[in-house]
Amino acid sequence: MTTLSKVSRREFLAGAALTGAALTLGCSFEAEADRVGATALAPNAFLAIDSDGRVLVTVNKTEMGQGARTGLPMLVAEELDADWSKVVVETASFDPSKYGFQGTGGSGSIRGAWEPLRRTGATARAMLVEAAARRWNVAAADCRTENGFVIHPSDAAKKLSYGELVADAAALPIPDATAVKLKDPKDFKLIGRRVARYDNPAIVTGKAVYGMDIRLPGMRFATMVHPPTFGGKAKQADDRDAKAVPGVEKVFVTDRGVAVVATNTWAAFEGAKKLRVAWDEGPHGELSSAAIRAMFAEKAKSPGDVARNDGDFDAAFATAAKKLEAEYEVPYLHHATLEPQNCTARVTADSCEIWAPTQFPNFVMDEARRITGLDAARIKIHITLLGGGFGRRIEADYAADAVEVAKRLDGVPVQVTWTREEDMRHGWYRPASLHIVKGGLSADGRLAALLHRLVAPSIRGQRQPDGGKGVDPGAMAGIATTQYDAPNFRAEYVRANTGVPIGFWRAVFDSQNGFVQESWMDELAQAAKADPVEFRRKLLGKSPRLKTVLEVAAKAADWGKPLPKGRARGVAAHFSFGAFCAQVAEVSVADDLPLVHRVVCAMDVGTVVNPSQVEAQIEGSIVFALSAALYGAITVEKGRVVQSNFNDYPLLRATEMPKVEIHLIKSAEAPSGAGEPALPPTAPAVCNALFALTGKRIRKLPIALD
Amino acid sequence: MPVTITVNGVKQSCEAPPEMPLLWALRDVLGLTGTKYGCGVGLCGACTVHVDGVAARACLMPLSAVGEKSVTTIEGLSPAGAHPVQQAWQLEDVAQCGYCQPGQIMTAAALLAKNPKPSDEEIAAALSGNLCRCGTYQRICAAVRRAAALRKGSKPA
Repeated sequence: MTTLSKVSRREFLAGAALTGAALTLGCSFEAEADRVGATALAPNAFLAIDSDGRVLVTVNKTEMGQGARTGLPMLVAEELDADWSKVVVETASFDPSKYGFQGTGGSGSIRGAWEPLRRTGATARAMLVEAAARRWNVAAADCRTENGFVIHPSDAAKKLSYGELVADAAALPIPDATAVKLKDPKDFKLIGRRVARYDNPAIVTGKAVYGMDIRLPGMRFATMVHPPTFGGKAKQADDRDAKAVPGVEKVFVTDRGVAVVATNTWAAFEGAKKLRVAWDEGPHGELSSAAIRAMFAEKAKSPGDVARNDGDFDAAFATAAKKLEAEYEVPYLHHATLEPQNCTARVTADSCEIWAPTQFPNFVMDEARRITGLDAARIKIHITLLGGGFGRRIEADYAADAVEVAKRLDGVPVQVTWTREEDMRHGWYRPASLHIVKGGLSADGRLAALLHRLVAPSIRGQRQPDGGKGVDPGAMAGIATTQYDAPNFRAEYVRANTGVPIGFWRAVFDSQNGFVQESWMDELAQAAKADPVEFRRKLLGKSPRLKTVLEVAAKAADWGKPLPKGRARGVAAHFSFGAFCAQVAEVSVADDLPLVHRVVCAMDVGTVVNPSQVEAQIEGSIVFALSAALYGAITVEKGRVVQSNFNDYPLLRATEMPKVEIHLIKSAEAPSGAGEPALPPTAPAVCNALFALTGKRIRKLPIALD
Repeated sequence: MPVTITVNGVKQSCEAPPEMPLLWALRDVLGLTGTKYGCGVGLCGACTVHVDGVAARACLMPLSAVGEKSVTTIEGLSPAGAHPVQQAWQLEDVAQCGYCQPGQIMTAAALLAKNPKPSDEEIAAALSGNLCRCGTYQRICAAVRRAAALRKGSKPA
């Protein structure tokens, strides 16, 4: 019930047991080098083929819109030469001993699965071919496979379906997966094709099951009122009026706030409005955006820890013919997944079952163990579809709520749903930051010295008792990893932790560091009286792939050609998550408001597994970036988030959608990430275009032109 | 006291107070979870249904306001996904996370019923009340254009 697969794995295998043998294969998963979490290695079952020829692929990554439930099975099916119409997909329940690392993030799903899932398919194919060869008494190496069949070497009309071969193949020894031969990419049939999303039929008929759509017999519906201040606690709750709401059954104070349990969600919401809670505001009751900004500014005066040091910035800057300095800043941002945080759980004395829309089920497990005191073996976690993730669902606070509430309900299942307002005000926000940038130009306009000092809180540090020390490499993403060949370059990190909960957000620090770096590059180009594309091109001698996407985007966007009056172009390029991306934005201004008409994007993601999905991720990243650049800001007053709903935290709407044109670079390299790297260039491309149009440099987001 | 409403052509008794918004009656009482909760105040469109054929925000409409009117949810548009808008959505591979898409589809279907040949501006304007956090707007507009063409094909003028 939690996944979309038409059959569960158990039903599938039980059915296979009745109708014949099932071929089940294990494979070792190298967890991707993921910046967001721990890694685990465990061999296990990701593929089962039954005697009807159905191919069950178990996906160990959460589907949150990035297409994991389509792209990962494509990798298996490609090497298996499976009939795509017979592929059945299920999302694995949480079991790292079987499925390895199940965290989803860091644009890592395809990257991590590229090799092992193709090897899984190739291993099964080798066994099916061997089984057929033995029946025909021919050499396995002479047999071909196509669309779910093994084909006889000398008689193409003679073929055996995979279903027919499963019993024989299952009796064979499993070959060493690392030794099976993978296809030459020129023979790919599925990889590189526009394969429609596996879940489309369920989504368009309303049958897709997200966290909030879990329904269990006898279940209750609950909501939470969390402390309004970060780190606050509920002291006591006057629940008389809340309990008078028809349908409200229980109210209780938990470690995380006050829970209202009812027969339906609306009654729980209505009850919550009528609570009168006495709060202990905790240590951050006076926190404000202004105070945080002032703390950042103070810290920015001192040098930070050095994350990268090429040449000698100080000496080169001192002797530069032209010196520039600037300060940039970006605000906290919320994920605003369209499905508010929620989770469903059932807890008895000796068991706990959770239905969680989560990116990181391992964190859900940690919370469930902590709250129930049960062993992991007694805790079952099902992973639903996610109504958006973007990093928000890496955290497990919603699951903690569900388990806390369920623990008090004696085995009655309960779904805890946060209101949009609770969701907005109890996020794990994209960190705010302040940036000091300096640049020195030689007399002939070359970039001679570059400094980028980032002042920002540390996401990792937040989880350490002392806040952590030294450089946070995650925070320096895009700065320390710059592709520009600046001879005298220093990157510094100044740790500036605050009481605001922070977390991973789409492209996290690349989103802000890319904005600053690419805006600053434009300022330097302007000071050097150079064309912004040409200025960058000259600095990309050591990064041919970024240089290529820059050239492709500029050409496709008619860079340098005249535009109608009132329009201008801006460019930006950035490397992140293994991918190279350049964008040219075309803008105008009406009533001091920016309008983005067109975004041309060139991107090199290595091998493109599914162009429809990669393009979807690019379109989505650009929209995400525009929402942030034009509108996004979470502000804090009196220890509380000011924003509450889409009226004061607006998202881009259909009427504001620019025309997005995408050019994917043909490549034989392994796939890079694709879900995030198109985000960082958008804001600076737009801001650089606005500068070209108005002469006003945007050094603070969201954009304000007046 | 139960309220009687007609949902997807079936008249049924709904065990809920008359002030309960239609959204929660559908989801938590009748078990029709295709209609989504996004904001609760009519800002996101995830809860869009048809009431007597017109797109309406189920989160803002109390059961008492539904009365004798006929409600259609995403489950009732075409359970097999055969409605031209549902077909077009699959052909254009619109959905990312998919959470907002039932609302988008219901808005699009209501638009085409009223205006079979909308311009791009009319499409964007009609859908401007439906937020998509994944950013599928470009494909949504393409799918509405395609659905308009499919409808034309299926219903000779």
